[in-house]
Amino acid sequence: MELRIAGILLMACGWILMLAAVVMLNSLPPRTAFAAAGMAVEILGFVLLAGAHIPKRKKRDV
Amino acid sequence: MSEIALPLFLCLLIPLALVGMALINTGLNRSRNAAHSVLSSLCAASVAVLAFVIAGSAMSGQPAHIVSIGGKAWGWVGGGALFARGIPVSDWHGLLTLIFELFAVSLAVQIPVAGGAERWRLTATCLSTAFLAGVLFPFVDFWIWGGGFLAQLGSNYGLGNGFVDAGGAGVVQVTGGLTALVMAWLLGARQGKFTGEGVPLAMPGHNAMIVLVGSLLALAGWIGLIGAGAVLFYNAGPGAVLMAVINTMVAASGGALAALLTTRGRFGKPDASLTANGWVCGLVAVSAGAPFLKIPEALLVGLVAGVVVVFAIEVVELRMQVDDPAGAVSVHAVGGVWGLLAAGMFSAGGAGQFLAQLIGVGTLAGFVVPVAYGVNYAINRFVPHRVESAGERQGLDLFELGAGAYPEFVTHREDFLRR
Repeated sequence: MELRIAGILLMACGWILMLAAVVMLNSLPPRTAFAAAGMAVEILGFVLLAGAHIPKRKKRDV
Repeated sequence: MSEIALPLFLCLLIPLALVGMALINTGLNRSRNAAHSVLSSLCAASVAVLAFVIAGSAMSGQPAHIVSIGGKAWGWVGGGALFARGIPVSDWHGLLTLIFELFAVSLAVQIPVAGGAERWRLTATCLSTAFLAGVLFPFVDFWIWGGGFLAQLGSNYGLGNGFVDAGGAGVVQVTGGLTALVMAWLLGARQGKFTGEGVPLAMPGHNAMIVLVGSLLALAGWIGLIGAGAVLFYNAGPGAVLMAVINTMVAASGGALAALLTTRGRFGKPDASLTANGWVCGLVAVSAGAPFLKIPEALLVGLVAGVVVVFAIEVVELRMQVDDPAGAVSVHAVGGVWGLLAAGMFSAGGAGQFLAQLIGVGTLAGFVVPVAYGVNYAINRFVPHRVESAGERQGLDLFELGAGAYPEFVTHREDFLRR
């Protein structure tokens, strides 16, 4: 459950980071870099959320 | 009156996309869930229309609630009246927009229905749909089509023409596709979909023919969706509408052939359902920029969509272990994101336009997934989304509706065996 919450929070934070890039920076290159960083945070959150939903599997007996 | 004729005609084509989606979803389900699948589509569309007309139209309508951030006006949510009472009868543009939005929201809610197929209770489907259509969709709709902050990225910050999405690749497809992913996560996989070691097993749909016919019907609906969106939200002239129609057909054809060749290369024979998915993914991807793209660009968008969807379905099932019976996440969310970014790459707005599209994609993911997850998790606490184990074995037609879609079919005895 903690991983799911962390994933969801990271996705929301990444989005806010992207919006902050547009508001706080003026020229295109730093805006793009900042927005890409925000997108990376979102992707990290998504990966955490997706990983938290992969069911634990039984190990096959050899 | 002549101004109304073209957008009205285009709007009236959109229900064909609804029919196409319902047919595709049903054909990709097993026969024991066929009637339940179509009824879920019908109920979802009905709930969506009522939720949107009662509350959603107010949140996506004018006048806008404005917040000033850094000296710029940001439109966050619409401030219209409930039951769309703020639109006078003389305002044909407002009424046409409402008609378009009602069809668009009906289409968007079909996507989660596809993602949760064969295990999602009808009551929970309706509750979840009411939230999607009455709250979540209107926010996104306003931000992109209603002059909200994503549409204002161009005028406020010089990012090209702002976030561009003529036919709903973001508003309809990505919003619906991400909600479908959330539902597939919350519902879990169907019984028997994965082995104990996590290997996915094939659960073929019961009728490839209606899947393919549904795909063909969807083309007409998509032409309406993209054409009407271009006229209503981007003031496209007749030339741009005609170009949108050509690009839509080109992208769908490219998507289908690319998926056909990819599956033939990987599996030895072309796969009918994946080819249909490639066709629809081409439609989804070209939705964002069809009126503004050149024909070779639209072809490229479709070809890439057709290849990507085949691999995306594998990643979703094998790597993410998500049970998505109709490939809704891959077709609508992945295809929609590709289309939105491609519109930024190929449009005349330059690097600023691409950044606007990237921010739009980030907004959709950062808003839709957390909100849809939180609300559907809460709904699940009071009204469980997932049907009982016995109902899944028996089939939702008999369990929830009391009658099957094909009463003359012989039912397999194994369906009733205790496992």
